[in-house]
Amino acid sequence: MLSPADLDTLWLTFKVASLSTFLLLLIGTPIAWWLARTQSPAKGFINALVSLPLVLPPTVLGFYLLILMGPNGALGKLTNALDLGALSFTFTGLVIASVLYSIPFVVQPLQSAFNSIAQQTLEAAATLRASPLNTFLSVVLPLSKSGFLTAGILGFTHTVGEFGVVLMIGGNIPDKTRVVSVQIYNHVEALEYTQAHWLAGCLLAFSFSVLLVLYTVLKTPPQVQQLK
Amino acid sequence: MPTLPARFKLAYENFALDVDLQLPSTGVTVLFGPSGSGKTTLLRCIAGLEKAPIGYFEIKGQCWQDSTKKHFIPTYQRNLGYVFQEANLFPHLSVMGNLQFGVKRQTCSTVNSSNFQEIIDLLGIEHLLNRKPDRLSGGEKQRVVIARALLLKPDLLLMDEPLAALDQQRKQEILPFLIRLHQHLSIPVIYVTHSQAEVAQLADTLVVMQAGKVVAHGNLTDTFNRIDLPFAQDKGASSVWQGTLSSHETNYHLSCVAINDNTLSLPLITAPIGTKLRIQIYARDVSITLSAPTDTSILNILPAVIKEIKADNTGQCTVRLQVDHQSLLAHITQKSAHLLNLKAELMVYVQIKGTSLLG
Repeated sequence: MLSPADLDTLWLTFKVASLSTFLLLLIGTPIAWWLARTQSPAKGFINALVSLPLVLPPTVLGFYLLILMGPNGALGKLTNALDLGALSFTFTGLVIASVLYSIPFVVQPLQSAFNSIAQQTLEAAATLRASPLNTFLSVVLPLSKSGFLTAGILGFTHTVGEFGVVLMIGGNIPDKTRVVSVQIYNHVEALEYTQAHWLAGCLLAFSFSVLLVLYTVLKTPPQVQQLK
Repeated sequence: MPTLPARFKLAYENFALDVDLQLPSTGVTVLFGPSGSGKTTLLRCIAGLEKAPIGYFEIKGQCWQDSTKKHFIPTYQRNLGYVFQEANLFPHLSVMGNLQFGVKRQTCSTVNSSNFQEIIDLLGIEHLLNRKPDRLSGGEKQRVVIARALLLKPDLLLMDEPLAALDQQRKQEILPFLIRLHQHLSIPVIYVTHSQAEVAQLADTLVVMQAGKVVAHGNLTDTFNRIDLPFAQDKGASSVWQGTLSSHETNYHLSCVAINDNTLSLPLITAPIGTKLRIQIYARDVSITLSAPTDTSILNILPAVIKEIKADNTGQCTVRLQVDHQSLLAHITQKSAHLLNLKAELMVYVQIKGTSLLG
């Protein structure tokens, strides 16, 4: 059975993933919109930067974040100066890391949804008195519904599955940074295979059912190239 | 009559637009030219979808762009209607939702229900209101798009090849609606096309464009019949006359149409006496005689004066004549022109073998 400690890690994982997904959609939408519409020469650079977490080992990302957010890092110094303390080994630090780690999984489905909206559709809205913001809200958003659903689900599930980054910057602090994937590792280290089975089974069932929904309910399921 | 000044200069890598026009404030102005001549770009500049670095446009005392004062009203704040080549209905909204999209966003809503009904009837889309756009045919979509633009009561209606994406059958289905529109609308319409048939049927004013510049500009008949323009030499060259239905000869299945002082006989037209009509006369259906023929089966014989003759290299001649105040084109062989010794200012008679009614 799941122990209270296991349930705590599940709850913490859910909190991290929900908050990260919310922030990812908030940040990812303007980035994806810009990438889909811009002709700026910086597009390639930003695209590469956003996609980096797809290929970078999580430990590398975690390592740099640890340096950056630690007491001697640029971000750490800033948060120290603001009396917030270093962000490494905190819940906030974990959320920031999750957002960076999962950003391509949110930006890419959004970008391809935005790409599929013809420029002329936006122009038609402009000739019908809709301001650019109004066009985005009343034409682009409804037309990108499945893109947002895909982005949200992928962002959430990918955050649930993170392990390397958490270990590097979050460590293993109960109720603060100990997420499910880390807890499974703890159980295995302690040879508590039954406990590990329960948690692993939960994650397996969760991930599979989410993807099942994604591929059966959505008319246009995400493509492999979009995922990786 | 007030005019709409339109001046735009814009340069891309291999294309430059440079126009300075006074567009009429009523009727349909057709921008005609081959693809790449800049007609759509000009239309987009007027709408503000393209921001020409040098540009000026004014309508009803309202300046939409004046680059010298860095003044530019964005498209969504201009009181215009725009019909794109591809019907641009929002797929997530029903026909009704599409029709209301612009109306809801208008700052001063001027649409009342009778106006709504009138436009719905004019375009015959009442039965489509609850459908989604993907359940409409190409022609139906384009009619909804036109209604959506008209419901805004725009000061100016811009149409970019609204028929080009449709097959011949659908074109024939929509043209009558456009002609009806032409008779009902009091606002200026700027209509882009590369189809001579649409020019003949819809234009009041014709602007001919080539390589980003205006090469001819004037009322339809005069510009259409200018012998130095490509229309006149074309196999389908024609003249368009405006007339009034004056009487019927029902026993012969004929109707008489008065054109200034002349009368033409046409196959019976089912319309009330006094209806204004547009008649197209193909240059290939016009022949020339030196004296008034008395024993011919052709009914329509009118006195005319030759104004210009231009020979091409296929043995054909294009002759521009004047009948009353109207100009008329005739295509005849060079041999005939030579044998009859035709030349400018000669008084002749034209025999018109066939005419077609443009509604």
